[in-house]
Amino acid sequence: MEHLLSLFVRAVFIENMALAFFLGICSFIAISKKVETAIGLGAAVVVVQSITLPLNNLVYTYLLKDGALVWAGFPELDLSYLGFLTYIGVIAATVQILEMLLDKYVPALYNALGIFLPLITVNCVIMAGSLFMVERDYNFAESVVYGVGSGFSFALAIALLAGIREKLKYSDVPDGLQGLGIAFIVIGLMSLGFMSFSGIQL
Amino acid sequence: MPRQATDVLFDPVFKNNPVVLQMLGICSALAVTTNLNTALVMSIALTSVITLSNLSISMIRNQIPSSIRMIVQMVIIASLVIVVDQVLKAYAFALAKQLSVFVGLIITNCIVMGRAEAFAMQNPPGRSLLDGIGNGLGYSLLLISLGATRELFGAGKLMGFEVMPLVTADGWYVPNGLFLLPPSAFFLIGFFIWALRMWKKDQQEKPAFRIAPQVKEG
Repeated sequence: MEHLLSLFVRAVFIENMALAFFLGICSFIAISKKVETAIGLGAAVVVVQSITLPLNNLVYTYLLKDGALVWAGFPELDLSYLGFLTYIGVIAATVQILEMLLDKYVPALYNALGIFLPLITVNCVIMAGSLFMVERDYNFAESVVYGVGSGFSFALAIALLAGIREKLKYSDVPDGLQGLGIAFIVIGLMSLGFMSFSGIQL
Repeated sequence: MPRQATDVLFDPVFKNNPVVLQMLGICSALAVTTNLNTALVMSIALTSVITLSNLSISMIRNQIPSSIRMIVQMVIIASLVIVVDQVLKAYAFALAKQLSVFVGLIITNCIVMGRAEAFAMQNPPGRSLLDGIGNGLGYSLLLISLGATRELFGAGKLMGFEVMPLVTADGWYVPNGLFLLPPSAFFLIGFFIWALRMWKKDQQEKPAFRIAPQVKEG
């Protein structure tokens, strides 16, 4: 239990997806002009991440891993090179199914998250979560915790950035730095702040 | 729009750089730039994937039903990335380990998908090939200059060779460790954008609010 808790804290603060690994920066910058939309995207990422990561973990353990197909009678088969194709397929399918389910059963939530869901298929955070999971050999429980944690880390970072940018638009920024440039400087400062967490020993 | 072939090739490098102007594909651009070696390998990998994906998608563009075109593009791109990944693992295993998940992330790199959707679906194979190379070069330009800056000032080396002798090895240069840490990549891109926009003023963004000039009362 303690091990899982420390994995969560590490995923959220020390190995923050956006600020330490530069993942999902495209949407990180594009969708962070308003706090509400930023939180919407963040929530959508958390949801999708916590579903696809365990799912990909199961696919990897029972279908792709070296010797995983023992149950089907192919003990020497190693399909791990098909990983990229499979994970992106699983992610795209999950997002599509989630979109249809939300639309049918929870229209309120669909209206809130709807426009962000298609964007998420090509969000690096989701894909990277699955790839890190495979690279670090997480088991099922760890992959659930890591999924929630890494999704939350992105949500936290984007909500914080949106808060800063909302105030920032009233400030007097040099012409060439206006907009995109100053956004990068702000993210750099935030990333510097988050680096102070790296001293935590878990 | 009939354009010169050279324009198709060189526009994305300076005039319409995919990373700086359209903010596409920076996700993977920053994490691999702590040294020049990985930046170079990443540039080569991305350029070959985008070139081949543009070429092959453009060749079958008239056969792809528009309702499932995303999936078709995704499958082609993912297959190409698998090939690149296997080649890297076979011939440069140490570098492939250093790049870790970032080769796989070429799949979700918005530049590749964006060019397939915006250019290769409408244009013949030859032009799409050039467009792919051009965008690949535009991305590589930024990646390599970032990688060179960070390695030079952070470690005093270029591609592992000593350029500025470090103090610890009886030289004169005190390395600036910040350049090897994540924040510096953000700062450098910010300054890069600033410099580019001071040079090309038409790329500047308008501020959302203007501070009213001070008026003297009475």
